[in-house]
Amino acid sequence: MRVIYALWLRQIKRYSRARSRLVGAVGQPLLFLLALGYGLGSVFKRAGGGNYLHFLVPGIMAQTVLFSSMFFGINIIFDRQFGFLKETMVTPVSRLKIMLGSALGGATTSLAQGLLVFIISLFLGFRPYNWVMLLVVILILAMLATALTSFSSGVGAFVNDFQGFQAINQFLIFPLYFLSGALYPLTNAPTALRIIADVNPISYAVDALRAALINQSHYGYTKDFLVLGITMTILVLFGVYRFRRIEA
Amino acid sequence: MAETMITAANLVKRFGDVTAVNNISFSVKKGEVFAFLGPNGAGKSTTIKMLTTLLQPTSGEITLSGFDVVTQQEEARKSFGIVFQDPSVDDELTAKENMWLHAVLYNVPKAEIDTRIKELLTLVELWDRRDSRVKTFSGGMKRRLEIARGLLHHPAVLFLDEPTIGLDTQTRNLLWDYVKSLNKTKHMTIFFTTHYLEEAENIAENIAIIDHGIIIAKGTTETLKKITKTKTLEAAYLKLTGKELRDEAANGTERLKLRYRARGGGIR
Repeated sequence: MRVIYALWLRQIKRYSRARSRLVGAVGQPLLFLLALGYGLGSVFKRAGGGNYLHFLVPGIMAQTVLFSSMFFGINIIFDRQFGFLKETMVTPVSRLKIMLGSALGGATTSLAQGLLVFIISLFLGFRPYNWVMLLVVILILAMLATALTSFSSGVGAFVNDFQGFQAINQFLIFPLYFLSGALYPLTNAPTALRIIADVNPISYAVDALRAALINQSHYGYTKDFLVLGITMTILVLFGVYRFRRIEA
Repeated sequence: MAETMITAANLVKRFGDVTAVNNISFSVKKGEVFAFLGPNGAGKSTTIKMLTTLLQPTSGEITLSGFDVVTQQEEARKSFGIVFQDPSVDDELTAKENMWLHAVLYNVPKAEIDTRIKELLTLVELWDRRDSRVKTFSGGMKRRLEIARGLLHHPAVLFLDEPTIGLDTQTRNLLWDYVKSLNKTKHMTIFFTTHYLEEAENIAENIAIIDHGIIIAKGTTETLKKITKTKTLEAAYLKLTGKELRDEAANGTERLKLRYRARGGGIR
């Protein structure tokens, strides 16, 4: 446990020392909330969708966690490039713990960014329907972040150049995001789009967040948590598996 | 007969068609200072990586203080410390944080962590800079930190892969003095590689020279000089390995050509 804690702490320290990252973490979601929230707000209302900003906030929180978690693997590539990975690879610590400690550190910073978006949205007039549900929100974000940072660590473990990693990420992130119902309701979406969203695990995280924050759900909690739980298990196993096969 | 600390038997490492290490065997006794020499691309780093569990050998056996590095990886890992050829400290952390993380990874008893860190950082003259981030350090300071870190868990064997590369004379002297004293006082086994042959001549009790993946000579400086009828280790080394230049990252075919020449030339 101490080992996992030490590696977790390393990620937290590294993150908190890179101030510029924090600016990016706040800047992008803020832009999305303002541009989309206000830009499309009146159209959404006229179409009978209600308050678009309220609808959008859970989506942007999921987006923030998705983006930052998916880029976590770049840290593994950095560690390889700058040699630190070798230091951890020769220690008597199991690859499992190394991967978990680092990924949980990354998940924690992603979760913090997701919550930061929540705080920003409060200033824009957003209010959750029930404050107690914030605990559920934290659980959802933590599960999503753990799943994706583990996956991303696994990718970082076998792709060893930055460009390759970026390419894989761009290829995955945008479809996962745009086809998840983060920006529009799935209920009245065209069938094709809905089917794609149904096989996209991010949809279920967005849906669960929306249920917890504004009491609006497309799939229902049970399905949401089931999909999230299974996704997380598979992706953590993937990360561990890929990490075990690292040769420095 | 002294206890052996490192044994490599019929060690082979292939990367696809390229054989980087071709059936080498050697052993290092407990408390010995052993130099592993060879031109760039000869197979030194690959061998060190196999000895330190970073690479799996294609075939052959390695034991480190009695543990098989493939099947008893964890035990083997506990028994050595390593200073890598390239930096491997975390630049964003402070010197002390790097040390603390290493101590936790090696399960150093909690009560001893602080005293050991202070002792070692003082020794490598970095205690005053303990709370500075490593990215503000010079190359020499980073190297000193790596050495301090490598010793934190009291390893039985210390691997040094070209530890003095890019260091000034003062730092090099300090480093070797320190390594020598560790070897004397703690009876620590030292395994190092270097391109500065006077370093090997000064401190190593035994030397192995590897070229094209094969160990072409083994013995003390005196033996090597005697075999080659030369006066310095450098002259002996050049006589054994030839004067042509080597490419560190020779590609597959080039390496194969070299290998072919090595076999044809009948160096062994």
